[in-house]
Amino acid sequence: MLLIQCPYCGLRPELEFAYAGQAHVARPADPSATTPDQWTEFLYLRDNTRGIHAERWRHVRGCARFFNALRDTTTDQFLATYRAGESMPVLQQAGQKP
Amino acid sequence: MSGRRIQQGGRVDRSRAIRFTFDGKGYSGFAGDTLASALLANGVQVFGRSFKYHRPRGVIAAGSEEPNALVTVMRDEARCTPNLRATQVELYDGLVARSQNRWPSLDFDVQAVNDLLSPLLPSAFYYKTFMWPRAAWHKLYEPVIRRAAGLGESPTLPDPDRYSQRFAHCDVLVVGAGPAGLAAALTASASGARVMLCDEQPEFGGSLLDEPAATIDGATTADWIRDSMATLRSRANVTLLTRTTAFGYFPHNLIGLNERITEHLPAPAADMPRERLWQVRAARVLIAAGSIERPLVFPGNDRPGVMLASAARTYLHRYGVAVGQNVVLVTGSDAAYAAALDLHAAGVRVALIADVRADATGAPLDLARQAGIEVVTGATVLGTRGRLGVREVTIGVLARGTVNDTRRVKCDALLLSGGYTPSVHLFSQSRGKLEFNEARQAFLPSVSAEPESSAGSCRGIDGYTQVLNDGARVGAASALAAGYSVAAPEYRVQALEFGMHGLPGVLPQASPLQPARAFVDFQNDVTSKDLALAMREGFESVEHIKRYTTTGMATDQGKTSNMNALAFVAGELGRTIPKVGLTTFRMPYTPVTFGIFAGYDRGDLFDPVRTTSMHDWAVQQGAVFEDVGQWKRARYFPRSGEDMHAAVDRECKAVRTGVGMFDASTLGTIEVVGPDAATFLSRLYVNGFSTLAVGRSRYGILLRDDGFIYDDGVIARIAGERFHVTTTTGGAARVFGMMEDYLQTEWPDLRCWLTSTTEQWAVIAVQGPRARDVLAPLVSDVDLSAAALPHLGVTQGRICGVPMRLFRMSFTGELGYEVNVPADYGLAVWEAIHAAGQPHGITPYGTETMHVLRAEKGYIIVGQETDGTVTPDDAGLGWAIAKSKPDFVGKRSLARETMHAPDRKQLVGLLTVDPKVVLEEGAQIVATPGQHAPMKMIGHVTSSYHSAVLGRSIALALLRGGRARIGETLYVPMPGGEIAVQVTATVFYDVEGARLHG
Amino acid sequence: MVDAALRRIVSLPTAAWLDSPVPAARFILRGAAATRAAAGQGFGLSLPETACRATTDGNRAALWLGPDEQLLLAPDGEAELIEASLARALQGHAYSLVDVSHRQVGIGLHGPRAEWLLQSQCPLPLNLRDFPAGMCTRTVFGKAEIVLWRPAEQVFRLEVWRSFATYVVELLCEIDRESVA
Repeated sequence: MLLIQCPYCGLRPELEFAYAGQAHVARPADPSATTPDQWTEFLYLRDNTRGIHAERWRHVRGCARFFNALRDTTTDQFLATYRAGESMPVLQQAGQKP
Repeated sequence: MSGRRIQQGGRVDRSRAIRFTFDGKGYSGFAGDTLASALLANGVQVFGRSFKYHRPRGVIAAGSEEPNALVTVMRDEARCTPNLRATQVELYDGLVARSQNRWPSLDFDVQAVNDLLSPLLPSAFYYKTFMWPRAAWHKLYEPVIRRAAGLGESPTLPDPDRYSQRFAHCDVLVVGAGPAGLAAALTASASGARVMLCDEQPEFGGSLLDEPAATIDGATTADWIRDSMATLRSRANVTLLTRTTAFGYFPHNLIGLNERITEHLPAPAADMPRERLWQVRAARVLIAAGSIERPLVFPGNDRPGVMLASAARTYLHRYGVAVGQNVVLVTGSDAAYAAALDLHAAGVRVALIADVRADATGAPLDLARQAGIEVVTGATVLGTRGRLGVREVTIGVLARGTVNDTRRVKCDALLLSGGYTPSVHLFSQSRGKLEFNEARQAFLPSVSAEPESSAGSCRGIDGYTQVLNDGARVGAASALAAGYSVAAPEYRVQALEFGMHGLPGVLPQASPLQPARAFVDFQNDVTSKDLALAMREGFESVEHIKRYTTTGMATDQGKTSNMNALAFVAGELGRTIPKVGLTTFRMPYTPVTFGIFAGYDRGDLFDPVRTTSMHDWAVQQGAVFEDVGQWKRARYFPRSGEDMHAAVDRECKAVRTGVGMFDASTLGTIEVVGPDAATFLSRLYVNGFSTLAVGRSRYGILLRDDGFIYDDGVIARIAGERFHVTTTTGGAARVFGMMEDYLQTEWPDLRCWLTSTTEQWAVIAVQGPRARDVLAPLVSDVDLSAAALPHLGVTQGRICGVPMRLFRMSFTGELGYEVNVPADYGLAVWEAIHAAGQPHGITPYGTETMHVLRAEKGYIIVGQETDGTVTPDDAGLGWAIAKSKPDFVGKRSLARETMHAPDRKQLVGLLTVDPKVVLEEGAQIVATPGQHAPMKMIGHVTSSYHSAVLGRSIALALLRGGRARIGETLYVPMPGGEIAVQVTATVFYDVEGARLHG
Repeated sequence: MVDAALRRIVSLPTAAWLDSPVPAARFILRGAAATRAAAGQGFGLSLPETACRATTDGNRAALWLGPDEQLLLAPDGEAELIEASLARALQGHAYSLVDVSHRQVGIGLHGPRAEWLLQSQCPLPLNLRDFPAGMCTRTVFGKAEIVLWRPAEQVFRLEVWRSFATYVVELLCEIDRESVA
């Protein structure tokens, strides 16, 4: 069971959270203006990252907020969590790149 | 008879005799004995038969690493636990234990023929043999193999015991309470840090319990342990857990502990849980798991009476049991000499120490020789003899790589030491990196993946003084890392101890080209020959060899076998051990009962059972319930003598001709409030809401952005900025989550907020031509007339004096209302409506009738008519889409070409040619009769019922190009033959919809 | 007013450490942080500014559930009063106030065993250092979602959706059968 830093509530157990897929996949402002390929990309195509992955979580059994996280999929370690709408943090440590 | 209780010594309580039985025979032991020590004291050597070859096996270890002595302990028919290690079964009065894998008896076992057939049972025998014919697998091979294979038998009755689960949090979790763990816990807890200390054994002390003669800072080990425990117990920040195994290391420092609470008690109290699962989240984990002595690998090394030298020492010092009267030791390590000297001192004849190291020299050998024990170096073991126990060992002496001198030595116990393997299981489970240490010939923890540290001999520290001081230092460092400061004390130990280094691998034999049948993995019956065969067949990866031969697998996880297997494979392949690599250690460290994972989740507490305010009333009326998610919903209300069919027919007729009442409280309800509420709902639902007037409601369809129906419901405008939104029962939580997602992440600028009000409201649907007459005398501040409250009108008022939201709506096609009252009033209002309805013959109805009534009207149920691939148009609901809206969730996908393909599955009605036949839901539809399989399937039945009001069956179906096929005759192939059906529109009753507006 | 006899509270098992549920007025107040001060004036009790903390005057309480979500608790019968007074105080603000008085059941636990009972099936650390008096949060207990509030060191209050209340209390009673090790 992971420990996840909720940007509002602090470090909390995974049991309180729901995973919500890849982060920073914005819904097009005007979907009707998208090409079929663009719309397909938005709807279905996601990264399958080995390493640092930007993803969404929801503290559903806590403050109920959606937020974003950077997690290393090879180690299950979270490198950062940040509120929805905030830009992806730049990781400082050597050897880590988002 | 070989083993015997010696006159004195040991930590058993000789004043308390304990009676027990093994394979039906009565024995006596002492309080403090394990089943293994008590049986050894009684001279029992054969404990069971092996897994594959059914060879007689004895006990080789004294702790949880025991691979052979697996027994079944029976309290009663339901409490029958197989595969317990006899070395961990604590004796209690009346204990009943049975050996395993033998029939008819331990001494004579029919399947021991497998042993004679062993040339026919090589590695992967099952994979290679039971392949053809395929049909024989289920009926012939599998049942036979299952009977012959497997470890022990599981009980056939439900488990009557209770199992507990707890979460716990601490600063430092110390795993293992041997010298390193105790020193660590003492030091870390002195800092004020919250410390948990667990050990799998019934008492703390670990290997110190085997060292009665040693002293720590001048105190005997017994006194030191007692004083240390008193100190730890006196500290409020310390939690001590005996009989508790750290079985798994989970991400972010969560450790699973299995505490055995009543297993050792003769008559456990009924309320006591049998075992407990602890999920411990520790700031720091300190692993002090110790190390495990390795056996040596040579022909006949699995004969009963062959055991680890350290085990012989444990039986002597902890239980006062000599494992033999005339023993031979074979060793590749100095460690065994301590056992030889201790046994010798206890009066056991040590016939020979055969040291496999040609260059062995130094204090241990000198001390042995001074004691009059013969020591030969450069020795090997060529074989052993003795049908049910070792009676003789053939020792060879190596010179220049060949065996040039052999001798036979009589013995009743053969003690082995190949050196010690550090227990890195938990560390490896934590995904920490192991590194091979040449000097120690062992894998040791190197880079951590979690906030943990190892201390003591599990990280290769040798010698009690060093181990204690390492424990103290790492304990202090762990406390510091958790934010507490303390200085580590220095310990000084005096003990008879030698190095723990040794030699992994297989002992040299006379003919090196013919690998001997020497057991590497006792539990899985894997020999050096099997490993050699696997390599000849091309398996070189250690992970492949593991799976092909099963070495190191199953409950044992290779505790005694891994390093020997690895060293042998490395030798055969001509590679170094680190090049061959190590297989992954899997959890659990030792087997864990399923009970603790189930915990409280059984019986009534298996899952929350959700009931509505009116549930008890329905129970009293004899309703039959169905599960809808976690909810209990009344399915129908049978009167005496009625089956479901009769009850549903009666309930349906009542609604169509008079009035019925229905508990709709489980439908999801969400209150959407704020200046932008209408905008939000318009962006989300396919319908428009900006034009919805206060006091009006609208049927809403919710898609996902892929364009497929996700949920539906009714959306009512209670006030300008307040909407009352209903969802399906099953969709309540996920629709709420989806709405929050769009609000929080896509449209955070919208000023509106959501509150789930599902459980705020009790919802009573009153449906039928007489509905108005029933409600009229009960309501106040409300005009029920069709003009004031037309279909889809909404109003607020009072019923029985209780505040109410009243919806004019209908899922039946009749004049209908849904009365929403605060939930605590639900039952009283329900009873009042029921009473007021008596003159009108009001009939409570359940979900089955609700389903039939809505199907007669062609109303869909999301999840029944839809399956995640159905668009509004497919479902015949294209009319609901507000086409002028620039966007709503799913709109872009609906514009895709394929969403308008004429051959999409569309919702239609089906009428069977024979009106009595009710189709099966899920049945497939084909165009022409008499097709051979595979038939071309063009649709499927989604709903099917007998309709009382129509006097015939009706069905809804999703059919390719369905709407263009109306009027056609199609076929539903079933095992009994094809059923002819006619395709119709979806509405079967009151096609004009006049009744709705009554 | 409503005849009190019409009201049926969820009936729950009893135990020495358990308070029987009492009716209460409850609201979910949602809105931007800017509304908080005005809402506090309307409610007569300033709302918590800190995450996972509650304010109380012993009579009314406000529990922080999320950055834009507060649970307001008050004695039964004060609902209409609170609604009116908040409406006055929040005039001109965008907000959502929803009566959830009947949505959930208040379950009180008190005494030295309360923390031990809850810790069995609640994954949060409930010791006083990590979960001090005054803390509140939504979390889980077994398979149920709960709001957990610790008004005092040995007093907990659970706010549970009504259909989960029986499960939560029966689970607590089942845990209670174990004697403390």
